[in-house]
Amino acid sequence: MSSKLSIQNASFGYNEHELVWKNINIEVNERECLCLLGPNGCGKTTLLNCINGTFPLKSGSVFINGKNIKEFSIIELARIIGIVFQEHSAPFPYSSLEVVRMGRTPHLGMFETPSNKDTELAFSIMEEMGISHLANKSYTHISGGERQLVLIARTLCQEPEMILFDEPTSHLDFKNQAMVLRTIKKLSNNGMTIVMTSHFPNHVWKIGTHVAMLGFHGMVVQGPVNDVMTEEYLTETYNVEVKIYEAESGTKKTRYCEPLLE
Amino acid sequence: MIMILFPISLFILSLFLGRYIIPANQILKILGNKFLGMNFDPLWTSAAETVIIQVRLPRAIMAALIGAGLSMSGAAFQGMFQNPLVSPFILGVSAGASFGAAVGLVLELPAIGIQALAFIFGLLAVAITYFLAHIYKSTPILMLVLSGMVVSTFFQAMLSLVKFVADDEEKLPAITFWLMGSLGSIEVDDLLIAIIPIGISMIVLFLLRWKLNVLSMGDRESRSMGVNNELIKTIIIIATTVITSTAVAFCGIIGWVGQVIPHFCRMIVGPDHKVLIPATMLVGAGYLILIDNFCRLLTANEIPLGILTAVVGAPVFAFLLRKTKGGWN
Repeated sequence: MSSKLSIQNASFGYNEHELVWKNINIEVNERECLCLLGPNGCGKTTLLNCINGTFPLKSGSVFINGKNIKEFSIIELARIIGIVFQEHSAPFPYSSLEVVRMGRTPHLGMFETPSNKDTELAFSIMEEMGISHLANKSYTHISGGERQLVLIARTLCQEPEMILFDEPTSHLDFKNQAMVLRTIKKLSNNGMTIVMTSHFPNHVWKIGTHVAMLGFHGMVVQGPVNDVMTEEYLTETYNVEVKIYEAESGTKKTRYCEPLLE
Repeated sequence: MIMILFPISLFILSLFLGRYIIPANQILKILGNKFLGMNFDPLWTSAAETVIIQVRLPRAIMAALIGAGLSMSGAAFQGMFQNPLVSPFILGVSAGASFGAAVGLVLELPAIGIQALAFIFGLLAVAITYFLAHIYKSTPILMLVLSGMVVSTFFQAMLSLVKFVADDEEKLPAITFWLMGSLGSIEVDDLLIAIIPIGISMIVLFLLRWKLNVLSMGDRESRSMGVNNELIKTIIIIATTVITSTAVAFCGIIGWVGQVIPHFCRMIVGPDHKVLIPATMLVGAGYLILIDNFCRLLTANEIPLGILTAVVGAPVFAFLLRKTKGGWN
């Protein structure tokens, strides 16, 4: 297996005096789904922004397919890495199909507009995801979960080799969470390389293959899900005592964790 | 289709309307001789030909050009600033150009000198705004808006200073009148100068129209889709500034066109800039020809254009605001 994404000795700080994190080393291979856990404000989203080159690292490097990201142009990166940001409304009520079609941008020239072929591709991606009924609905008038799915469709429209998700399930209710997680799992099963930040450790068991736990200033631990998702590591990462439970309902076995309140 | 006919029919109509009465068949013959190489006997007075060719025609073309340019600039800025309430003057171009023109008027420069000063100070004001807003190798939208306010305020204060020291018998009224905006003094030469920068900038905005959709999703998202935000934003700012500076230099401050027309078009054709930009171009051109005709014809003395665009624009804007309840969803 080839290493799709490699982060080596990375550190980052918004100003001269303070580093958000340092000495980060992460390897993500093809077809893996890496979940990035960590407390609020530890720099998970910042790390995603560094992977895509939006923020320059203070030291260390990020390699995509073995090539330093500094050697990629913005448009080249967009053809390899897609990012699904936290859903938010748009200032103008574009149709959802229009939003999905925006994903074609890295394949179009500076002055080019999308062709019928691009529109067809956008629609077929929505169809495949089961959201073609949203195509003509205004992006500002659909639910948060549906918006997140539209953003995923837009990212797929970029035809990237890897997708980064920034807390794809925050602010979403159970049904919407399930919709989004199901979609991500399907992408992962189909072979997409995924890096996802999350505030829900329970989701790691559902869709992750690997976990990286980020604390303040640096990595706590990383590895395959079953090696790393332990009470000790979760407790250390979140700085609150965490318990893992096993539960059964009918034939279904599941694991979940919770912070202790007392 | 109606959108294309709207400016064209108004354009033709405006050639036939005016205080100096010329029979319609004569007007057609004058135009035929001049532009289609026909050979009608010139039974009309030379004054009639001058009125059509030297006055009404350039004036209508200029109105169309500036109406289209201001409306496209407004639509482009609204997309770029991710806000449907933005006007093309938000970065301080009108304040800068007003100051430049006032200085030119006080120094008694010839018309071309006043136009040049207005143009240069319009560009200068936006350049200052841009560099004030430039932090961490990027120009965040909020910084641009705030810097635009600072620069506008400064140049407005400077304008007040110029007005204060200006001779109040002649120059002060001249400045005041100039600021109200008018197409009354447009000549063929003005048109030939203005058409180049405005035309090129309009083509640039037209070509970038689809990128405005992507840009309006916010900097982070558009970058993740491969857009070089800084480059595109800079090109759009330069193109709109060239349009607005040229417009202000030749015609004074014509407010409310760049704000109202994009709104109005968005209600008709929807928010997709691929369609919206051409729509604003056509409707903006027709709208300013229409308003300018009212300026010429309503009263014996011409009403300044800037007054009528505001008198019409503000209520329309208020109506749109109420109707859409502030949101554009």
